[in-house]
Amino acid sequence: MQLDEHLFRRESARMVAALTRIFGVHNLSLAEDVVQDAFCRALEVWKVRGVPDNPSAWLMATAKNRALDVIRRERTATTFAPELSRMFESEWTLAPVVDEAFASEIIRDEQLRMMFSCCDPRLKEEVQIALVLNILCGFGAQEVAGAFLAGRAAVEKRIARGKQSLATSRRLFDLTDDDVASRLPVVQRALYLLFNEGYHSATADSVVRTDLCREAIRLTELLTGDPRTGTPSTHALAALLSLHAARLPGRLDGAGDLSALVDQDRSTWDAALIAHGIARLEQSARGSEISVYHLEAAIAAAHVQAPSVDRTDWHTIVELYDRLLALAPSPVVALNRAIAVAQRDGPERGIAELQVITAAERLAEYPFYRAAFGELELRRGRRDDARSHFEAAVHLARNATERRFFEKRLQRCDSE
Amino acid sequence: MSDYIYLFRTTAEARRAAMGTPELAQQSMQRWLAWLRDLEAKGHLKNRGQPLENEGKLVRGKSKVITDGPFAEVKDLVAGFMIVEARDISQAAELAKGCPILEGDGAVEVRPVMTMNF
Repeated sequence: MQLDEHLFRRESARMVAALTRIFGVHNLSLAEDVVQDAFCRALEVWKVRGVPDNPSAWLMATAKNRALDVIRRERTATTFAPELSRMFESEWTLAPVVDEAFASEIIRDEQLRMMFSCCDPRLKEEVQIALVLNILCGFGAQEVAGAFLAGRAAVEKRIARGKQSLATSRRLFDLTDDDVASRLPVVQRALYLLFNEGYHSATADSVVRTDLCREAIRLTELLTGDPRTGTPSTHALAALLSLHAARLPGRLDGAGDLSALVDQDRSTWDAALIAHGIARLEQSARGSEISVYHLEAAIAAAHVQAPSVDRTDWHTIVELYDRLLALAPSPVVALNRAIAVAQRDGPERGIAELQVITAAERLAEYPFYRAAFGELELRRGRRDDARSHFEAAVHLARNATERRFFEKRLQRCDSE
Repeated sequence: MSDYIYLFRTTAEARRAAMGTPELAQQSMQRWLAWLRDLEAKGHLKNRGQPLENEGKLVRGKSKVITDGPFAEVKDLVAGFMIVEARDISQAAELAKGCPILEGDGAVEVRPVMTMNF
């Protein structure tokens, strides 16, 4: 029997959720030990007897038995989850309580609570994301480091710092709490950043990128599934992520190079994800809240629903960017708006918009800013200007993929 | 064809490292399954052995001192065993080269099972 590609990663996250419920979050490392032990047993047993029909159930049952062993051995010396500890004293209640922790709806709930606990605003965003990846997605420090182009030691430090803070909190975030509404935006933002890390990641490894995007979508879907966290903005975020992810296959061309929206083969876009994203966008319209995710998702929807760049509804897109700028001003949003204006009104108007971006100095190191000038100058026939902008973009490129992208643009200055 | 026993030897540390993260565990598992599938497909896999618990006891010396496992400090831990069929010992050793335990710090001890002709 073939192993599911992400079996261990997925089950690790689920087992940790169940086990922290039992042991308490202050015993997170004990939970992780039990998971590792279950993996070791799986290796020994499956080698001999083959992979069981239901590997997830096998791992869960093994973790459950190990948890029972640990509690029986250590219940007098160790404090486990305070709200359950009395139940652990008697064999009558011990097994049913441990059993219940492994029920799928409980695991879902615990994962949500863990997500909210990891996204503690007192922790830096990079720490929050590293924690989410490690605990809720089953990524090891090495893989988190690979995804962020950070050193392994730095990532290990981040994770350790985050876990230390979790451990001192004694209990996971309580979803019945009034704080859900104020913590939810922090969680959404972490998932948004996690997705972007995958989508724009500087690593050439497309497998890692896709994994990060997929995990961000999975966790966002987990949020949509619970009435306490499935708000309109959560649905809008889910829409946005699905609609962006739908375009992932077209973002890199056959040679693994970045491909501009204009050049993307739209037939490679994922129709099922687009349909899902559109459905989520419709669900996000309940209520009066308009978040940045609503606007960004609406922009993404306008793109994926257009048959070509020329037949894209640029009027609507510019309007949406206007509203986005009003809600969350940022030079990058203004840059994207200027590009949309150029599509609507021609390159001269686009360049004029680029020139009046507020706080444009923050784009000084951003290669796509110069590339946008280059593109529009080229479009209005000023090759020399275009060339110098693209040369600057090549110079500013942050990795080889970006550099190749701008070099190709540079070549077009001479060929067109 | 003769029978050879593979004794898998490793350290507790290498063992933990091979399963250290879900991704590594997945890879270790996949490598083992692939190697076993290959041995089986070629008709070499005679007996997959038995899974061993980590815990155990060690009885040693004339004084018959019994110590408890797990043997975290042991540099040379028997992690398991298996029986293969091969033409001769060099083929059996050659086949062992595919064993994933070698990716860590482990070793495969290849021993002919003695044939008794009486």
